[in-house]
Amino acid sequence: MAASEPVLSVDDLTRHFASRRAVLPGRPAPVVRAVDGVSFELSAGETLGIVGESGCGKTTLARMIVGLETPTSGTVRFRGADVHAARGRRLRELRRRVQIVLQDPYTSLNPRRTVRELLRQPFEIHRDLLPRKQQAARIAELVELVGLDPDHLDRYPFQFSGGQRQRIGIARALALAPDVVVCDEPVSALDVSIQAQVVNLFQRLQRELGLAYVFIAHDLSVVRHISDRVGVMYLGKLAELGSRRDVYGSPRHPYTSALLSAVPVPDPRVRGRRTRRLLDGDPPSPVDPPSGCRFRTRCWKATDECATVEPQLVGDDRHRQAFACHHPMPEQAEPATA
Amino acid sequence: MSGSCPMPETTVVTARRPPVDGAPVLSVRDLCVEFDTRDGVRPVVQDVSLDVYAGRTLAVLGESGSGKSVTARSVMGLIDPPGRITAGQVLFEGKDLVRSSAEERRLISGERIAIVFQDALSALNPVFSVGEQIAELLRTRRGLGRRAAAARAVELMARVRIPAAERRAKEYPHQFSGGMRQRAMIAMALALEPTVLIADEPTTALDVTVQAQIMDLLLDLQDETGMGMILITHDLGVVAETADTLAVMYAGRVVERGKVEDVFARPGHPYTRGLLHSIPRLDQDEVSLWAIPGSPPTVLSRVAGCAFATRCDVAVDICSTSRPELAPPDSAPPTPAHPPAARASACHRREEVLHGRI
Ligand SMILES: Nc1ncnc2c1ncn2[C@@H]1O[C@H](COP(=O)(O)OP(=O)(O)OP(=O)(O)O)[C@@H](O)[C@H]1O
Ligand SMILES: Nc1ncnc2c1ncn2[C@@H]1O[C@H](COP(=O)(O)OP(=O)(O)OP(=O)(O)O)[C@@H](O)[C@H]1O
Ligand code: SF4
Ligand code: SF4
Ligand SMILES: [Mg+2]
Ligand SMILES: [Mg+2]
Repeated sequence: MAASEPVLSVDDLTRHFASRRAVLPGRPAPVVRAVDGVSFELSAGETLGIVGESGCGKTTLARMIVGLETPTSGTVRFRGADVHAARGRRLRELRRRVQIVLQDPYTSLNPRRTVRELLRQPFEIHRDLLPRKQQAARIAELVELVGLDPDHLDRYPFQFSGGQRQRIGIARALALAPDVVVCDEPVSALDVSIQAQVVNLFQRLQRELGLAYVFIAHDLSVVRHISDRVGVMYLGKLAELGSRRDVYGSPRHPYTSALLSAVPVPDPRVRGRRTRRLLDGDPPSPVDPPSGCRFRTRCWKATDECATVEPQLVGDDRHRQAFACHHPMPEQAEPATA
Repeated sequence: MSGSCPMPETTVVTARRPPVDGAPVLSVRDLCVEFDTRDGVRPVVQDVSLDVYAGRTLAVLGESGSGKSVTARSVMGLIDPPGRITAGQVLFEGKDLVRSSAEERRLISGERIAIVFQDALSALNPVFSVGEQIAELLRTRRGLGRRAAAARAVELMARVRIPAAERRAKEYPHQFSGGMRQRAMIAMALALEPTVLIADEPTTALDVTVQAQIMDLLLDLQDETGMGMILITHDLGVVAETADTLAVMYAGRVVERGKVEDVFARPGHPYTRGLLHSIPRLDQDEVSLWAIPGSPPTVLSRVAGCAFATRCDVAVDICSTSRPELAPPDSAPPTPAHPPAARASACHRREEVLHGRI
């Protein structure tokens, strides 16, 4: 995808939390470095996939992008405008343009409101956007767009299946015609047969409406399917960032390589002919990340240098992928899979 | 986290095992389970039959609510009111557990047949250390003394690759990460050396790198002990890499079964075929995914025809009026190592689907 003017740019974004854990006497409260210096750009109509293990900071990043969480430092810009510096009218305008879809819309949908009421809400918050008389037509349009049954508008969320509830969540996110939609694990809670429907829906909406997505998921196959570019996160930082062809075809960071090799292949014919690199242990706690490279406690290539010098994410990810590693995996000249 | 020594590069190869002959160690026959609800009686599991062989893994695949866990709990004797087993048998070493006395059941389920659940945290007791919980089991069920039980608990924890097992044995479940907790659950399930291990979505809540570790561990333990395994999952990748045979459940029934290679190569039921087509793959590019339309039934009721009919792309008139039996295809070659009953599909058009004619 051509590098046009970015619609979203995230620059050195950081979010630290005071730890929920008990504090040791005489020590300062430990800090959770949930997101610790993340930068990327997103072009109009593009999908950036974000993968990484539980607790690596994906949700915190998503919440900062849409303005639900305040960064400790760094900036999020929508078409050049600082999302977190905006106030009043300008802030509401920016919020309208960048929407979020959550893993389980059930917990975020008010159970006492019908679908019609839920879809009317965004227009009540942004009253100047659409004359009241046109709301019904717009709601009908949204319902059609996401493939919900128009006869079900007066039902309540609990009367819908998981896949249908996700459609309600998507319709709500699209109500105000955003440019960017941040999707935080939007298909993880769905059955396999429903996941494909929702993934296809996201792709169709992108084609029809020119949306840009930040698509967060832990399923690497789904992310590969839907993304133009992919960022791999580990303990609050990007380990690798690049086109899906580069990241999947020729991973340079050992973590990306291990992650890809851990994905079970749904093809019994390759069984016994595949080697897998097993990582030891679990990801360490973000309260006390390892010195130097954060991946070193699980990395089979780690050296003394890795314990003392933190590798920086280097490279222009629009040219060839950027990665943060002192001893990267050998470059595959012709990525086997794209 | 592991120790401070440099980590060796570990690679594993998932190997295919030869087919088995001989009798299954555990057979479920025509199992029916109902639940009383405010809206009436719900038939949650209907006519389910499964065979588990020593040293082999049977995968049970199906959508949420299809009856996988209820089947597993029936085998373990864990169905309590408002649920009840209304028909069928659970045969273990020739004995029908459904009709056994409570005492007999207690000795078999829990000792000879063990279970590992998805949610290890709620299965472990928060007020006892992990080591104490394993030791307690060994004391009450195996009559080991306090010291011997504690030592054996540490051994078991080391065997499931919990690093620094001696120290970790003194820690409480909340001090364990998700992956370590699942290992502790496996250690507890193995403590009494079961003949059959049921793993109900053992890795669903875990990260992919940890999932790979746990599946690798389970397969190694199976090779060492020769236990038969029922692996409940909705991950087709996990099925392809670890199971020998497969049963696909839909709306409380087994709709297809067979050897994993056979079912993946030539599915005999439109639901299985749809599932196999609907997953994106790391090694293939697809513009858009095949998607099975509609959603699985949220409330089970007795339907006259095929429960999949409303979502099926090849349904015909008869499908909504007559229920297809789970039966072998006419064309299945009856070979000794692969009895005809092993491959079966519950579809009126099984022959055509199997041969890719529709
Ligand atoms: N409000 C908060 N207060 C304290 N710590 C928090 C808070 N929110 C998140 N964290 C911590 O920040 C880290 C990152 O959390 P986050 O939810 O962003 O991860 P994630 O990548 O979305 O994980 P998952 O895959 O489990 O959803 C975790 O260690 C989490 O415990
Ligand atoms: N105690 C209960 N009372 C009433 N209905 C129940 C009870 N337990 C299970 N059921 C119902 O039985 C059906 C099968 O449930 P089961 O837990 O076996 O599904 P599953 O295939 O394991 O699904 P999942 O993938 O979500 O774990 C569901 O419709 C469920 O609602
Ligand atoms: S910097 Fe060192 S420890 Fe980190 S990923 Fe690269 S080789 Fe491994
Ligand atoms: S019996 Fe009919 S509806 Fe059911 S799976 Fe077969 S073709 Fe489809
Ligand atoms: Mg999250
Ligand atoms: Mg279950």
